[in-house]
Amino acid sequence: MGYWEGILCEGDEALAQGAQRSCGCPWIPESAQGQIIAFDELKTDYKNPIDQCNTLNPLVLPEYLIHAFFCVMFLCAAEWLTLGLNMPLLAYHIWRYMSRPVMSGPGLYDPTTIMNADILAYCQKEGWCKLAFYLLSFFYYLYGMIYVLVSS
Amino acid sequence: MSAPAGLPPRPAAAAAAFSPGGPGSSLEAAAPGSGAPRCQNGPMQSQMQFPSGYGSHLPNYSAPSGHYSQVPNKAAASHLDNQYRASYYPGYYSAPAQNVMTSVGSNVLNAQESHQLYNNTPPHSGGSSDRPVQGAVSSASYLHVSAQQSYSAFDNHYSTSVSSSVASQGFPLNSDHYAMPVVSGAMYPNVSYPPVAAGVVYGQTFTSQSLPAVGQFKETNAFSSQSTSVPHSLQQHVPVGYNTTLSTVSSAQAVQDNLSRNLTGSVPKVNNQINTGGIDSSQPVHSVSQNVPFTKPGAGTSAASAVMSSVRSPAPSLSSKPPSSPSVTQSPELALQEALDSSSTTSSASPVLNNYDALEGGGYPETRSVTSSPVPSPSVLQTSKASKPFGYGYPALQPGYQNATPPTPVQPSNPGHHSGFQHYAQQYPGVSQLSSSLGGLSLQHSQQPESLRPVNLTHDRNILPVSSVPAPVPNLNSDLRKLNCSPDSFRCTLTNIPQTQALLNKAKLPLGLLLHPFRDLTQLPVITSSTIVRCRSCRTYINPFVSFIDQRRWKCNLCYRVNDVPEEFMYNPLTRSYGEPHKRPEVQNSTVEFIASSDYMLRPPQPAVYLFVLDVSHNAVEAGYLTILCQSLLENLDKLPGDSRTRIGFITFDSTVQFYNLQEGLSQPQMLIVSDIDDIFLPTPDSLLVNLHESKELIKDLLNALPNMFTNTRETHSALGPALQAAFKLMSPTGGRISVFQTQLPSLGAGLLHSREDPNQRSSTKVVQHLGPATDFYKKLALDCSGQQTAVDLFLLSSQYSDLASLACMSKYSAGCIYYYPSFHRSHNPAQAEKLQKDLKRYLTRKIGFEAVMRIRCTKGLSIHTFHGNFFVRSTDLLSLANVNPDAGFAVQMSIEESLTDTSLVCFQTALLYTSSKGERRIRVHTLCLPVVSSLSDVYAGADVQAVVCLLANMAVDRSVSSSLADARDALVNAVVDSLAAYMSTASNLQQSMLIAPNSLKLFPLYILALLKQKAFRTGTSTRLDDRVYAMCQMKSQPLVHLMKMIHPNLYRIDKLTDESTIHVNDRVVPQPPLQKLSAEKLTREGAFLMDCGSIFYLWIGKNCDNNFIKDVLGYPNYASVPQKMTQLPEVDAPSSERTRSFISWLRDSRPLSPVLQVIKDENPAKTDFFQHLIEDRTEAAFSYYEFLLNIQQQICK
Repeated sequence: MGYWEGILCEGDEALAQGAQRSCGCPWIPESAQGQIIAFDELKTDYKNPIDQCNTLNPLVLPEYLIHAFFCVMFLCAAEWLTLGLNMPLLAYHIWRYMSRPVMSGPGLYDPTTIMNADILAYCQKEGWCKLAFYLLSFFYYLYGMIYVLVSS
Repeated sequence: MSAPAGLPPRPAAAAAAFSPGGPGSSLEAAAPGSGAPRCQNGPMQSQMQFPSGYGSHLPNYSAPSGHYSQVPNKAAASHLDNQYRASYYPGYYSAPAQNVMTSVGSNVLNAQESHQLYNNTPPHSGGSSDRPVQGAVSSASYLHVSAQQSYSAFDNHYSTSVSSSVASQGFPLNSDHYAMPVVSGAMYPNVSYPPVAAGVVYGQTFTSQSLPAVGQFKETNAFSSQSTSVPHSLQQHVPVGYNTTLSTVSSAQAVQDNLSRNLTGSVPKVNNQINTGGIDSSQPVHSVSQNVPFTKPGAGTSAASAVMSSVRSPAPSLSSKPPSSPSVTQSPELALQEALDSSSTTSSASPVLNNYDALEGGGYPETRSVTSSPVPSPSVLQTSKASKPFGYGYPALQPGYQNATPPTPVQPSNPGHHSGFQHYAQQYPGVSQLSSSLGGLSLQHSQQPESLRPVNLTHDRNILPVSSVPAPVPNLNSDLRKLNCSPDSFRCTLTNIPQTQALLNKAKLPLGLLLHPFRDLTQLPVITSSTIVRCRSCRTYINPFVSFIDQRRWKCNLCYRVNDVPEEFMYNPLTRSYGEPHKRPEVQNSTVEFIASSDYMLRPPQPAVYLFVLDVSHNAVEAGYLTILCQSLLENLDKLPGDSRTRIGFITFDSTVQFYNLQEGLSQPQMLIVSDIDDIFLPTPDSLLVNLHESKELIKDLLNALPNMFTNTRETHSALGPALQAAFKLMSPTGGRISVFQTQLPSLGAGLLHSREDPNQRSSTKVVQHLGPATDFYKKLALDCSGQQTAVDLFLLSSQYSDLASLACMSKYSAGCIYYYPSFHRSHNPAQAEKLQKDLKRYLTRKIGFEAVMRIRCTKGLSIHTFHGNFFVRSTDLLSLANVNPDAGFAVQMSIEESLTDTSLVCFQTALLYTSSKGERRIRVHTLCLPVVSSLSDVYAGADVQAVVCLLANMAVDRSVSSSLADARDALVNAVVDSLAAYMSTASNLQQSMLIAPNSLKLFPLYILALLKQKAFRTGTSTRLDDRVYAMCQMKSQPLVHLMKMIHPNLYRIDKLTDESTIHVNDRVVPQPPLQKLSAEKLTREGAFLMDCGSIFYLWIGKNCDNNFIKDVLGYPNYASVPQKMTQLPEVDAPSSERTRSFISWLRDSRPLSPVLQVIKDENPAKTDFFQHLIEDRTEAAFSYYEFLLNIQQQICK
């Protein structure tokens, strides 16, 4: 019985990690990467902040939702360690979205404040950190999946 | 927490983030005692010791006044920095020397150790008492020195100028200073014979130097001729005085000071100083000679400048009465004479003597060698040597000098001050005294000398100046200072820019700029040129602070790129001469306006387009603003700025939106009503905005009819959002200005708002909510408008809450302006009605710039951090301003990204590109130049307290919106606490029991307290949310002058105006009553007081006010008969009435918006408004000034 459970769990994990790898992971780092590039463009004057915010804002919610989705998957698979690693980011996302400026549409970035050096620097730093986190976790998931596949 | 970036949790960190220092702890600021000054000495000393090694730098130090006065903007590029640095440091170093006078022997040792220049620490009392006794001994020798040095100036200029001319002939450089004198001596014949020879030398200067040169020429001539009258005896000493200019002065004074010391103590010092002087003297030569190979013009200039300043500087120091120096600067001859008089010398010297002196100066080598290892005797020997050959004159000299020296300039300024501070205190006086005497800025003279004088805030109760607080003058040489941008348009919070971010953090003061770029100017050079010369890499406009490497190339002062001078620029249209690029108006004025070519247009310049969006709901009609508006418009229709293409249109709205077809040819205006407010459309897109001139009759008809069209309306709703959407659609093809008049909360359609204010929370001391917008509708609209070059100006005339916090967004982000008239009613509130009328007059007729962008550039290493004001930030340094108006101010926070050690000057340039109402594309450029300093005390010395407070106010507004009001208030208090604590920790031996501020910051706590009691930030006093938000909006968008009046009003007693201390303006006599403290203790029942709050004047009449005053000025027989609502002073033919009226109108003329006068009697309800402005008094909810100080002190001690 216990054995079967173990199989099931591992299978789940593999499934979850497979899902992550196939659709989410590459996409999320890309989104983070995109944001970094976007903020850099802003900094170096290439783009109007209104346009930039208009392109960035629609990407924010999907990213958050996908991340939340993975968290849910990890929860289902009872992957406590992975979940624990992701919880802080999830909490941060929730806080970040709660404290966003007054906006009618979805998104985080307000073109009137984004050019403030502090905020721009913060957003950029946030982007780098998240990129690093997503990349690391991508390889960790990959490793986890291969490990599970090999060991089963 | 909408902006997570750097909004730290409240108390402790709040301040840190607030003050530019960032998170750095305040401990960090604790510099070891007097370490700062000592550090500065370091370089100097080392230079002395390794003259050859530092040879190239020496000039900087030496050149003090030489560069000071005139640092050749166009001097050799590579030298530029050095020279600038020179211009600063020397003043710095030499100045302290002045102070030496007070030092006592015992201290001397210390001082020497660190540096002779700083030796002046000892207490004044001691110094002064000592002087008579000790001075007698040493006086003989020192007097000589002083004489020599002061007079050396003359010689110097000869020598320097000579050297400049000679230099190209292979004049020896640093290693042989000694040779110098000889050479110069040899050259003397050429140069020294006053007018002609000098002329020759300066002739060179002229070619290189711009307009001022002419003046200088005269001056120098004058000097040289003057110098002939200098007594022999004096001239003899000249050799020693080889040192140029500043060093001259300083050493002269230092020497005098030495009189007060015992011989042993002072001798080495003097030597040192002399030595320093010696170095200095030779240094200018260096610099000159070094410059020469690169740029002849530069060399010439510097030489000339050296002359100028050298001549000037002695005057004040000799005459030793600082107040006279202004006159000195203006008429150097006079000053010179003064100096001569004071030294009571009579004989006249021949230039030949000078010549000899110069030769004598050849003895300098000895001194030189001595310098590195200061041995007292050689220099003494030298002095005597120098003087002996011409043995005469000494006896006569001494008394003369003694007479001259005693009234020392420094002494009176800080009697009884803490000795520990003297070196700061005095050092500064010296600098500024010199610099002001050089710079000819007589106004600041009294102010700046003591910018570092410690002020014990808890003891000194009268810290307010007599008249308004002047802006500090950057410590630049006089020439640069003359060229620098007016502080009215461009101000920096720190006029001495710290070298590194770490130093800035230590100072705990914010670094930023306050701009008033589109200010109404009486004089503005407008340049029409097909090519506008700009730096090729950073696009900086050519400005007075660039350096010309040669005739063909100039070096950008912001990015240091070397650019070519275009052919066209070689021709000067002003003088119609060729080959003098440095005399072009662009290079002679720091504020210029270019008429731009088509390169600067994205589209053809737009016409002036004005659209009025008027609320005509029941509420609006009831308030009756329409009558005033239409009346004003009718009166000013012809004065609206614009050309033949000017267009105008009207939209009115209640629950529907009404358009007016004013197409030419109609018999009368046609009203078109659109009731579909959810999907607004333009009924006839073409004929709603019409040409002002073609349809003028129709427009007048409409304006006449409008006030009565809606008299019986029952519509109470207001569909502001849809009306704005319609206005945007109407304006988007052209761009222009939308003026919105709103009287209530928008209640229909898009952008509808709900009342968010809880009246019970008005006086809450805890949380003030709803300072931010409730919806982003108005912000988005503003951004759309901004994108279409349309600005939205909001006039809010409401008696109830109208959520200004949300509505204001429409103006904030479209670069509009906001006017708010609380409880406006045409007949019930005549003061507001009058204010609206006056504001409208100004609003309709003032200049306007369309489709504008403003870019702020600064020297490499500095970066712009945050902008404050009404605009949309389009990129890191570019502001998009759909409209720009002359009453708009901006603030910028800056940070230092790279250390500025390799430069001694930083520049800021604001370029405002706009379309004038005549359809011309123009660029207005302001350039500000400031020195860089490396010590904390210098940073404090250069602090501009008004600018600091205004910038802090802007930051506090941001903070209170993004975080909370309490945070903002804490941050304000912490800003004072941190900066004063940092200052007190720099000054060693300080008694912790006292609250000490540098003189430059003595008003800081007062202003911060005023800010805390300002409507925007006060708590505990009932404040309507809209009032608060409006005050915040004003803080963000008002220029500094207006903002300061808002924060800290001026109070005058006007019942006893006399003709004393009056000024004359346009044939009118304007009395100048002194400023009074904002405290009820100053109000007497017998008096009448005028409070100038910027936008409103309160005239408070005491109960027992003199009946004559009431009769003459107010036109009523006695106090009881003065009406409650009085806003005008009658024209009574009595002297007191005339004086009062001329004073008030003079105050009014000084600002664009003419304020309303409100007469207040004791029982008047407006009394509370008046008394709320008495910020030094205690209120139920807030500290008195004294309590506030104690509170600060407590926090510092913590």
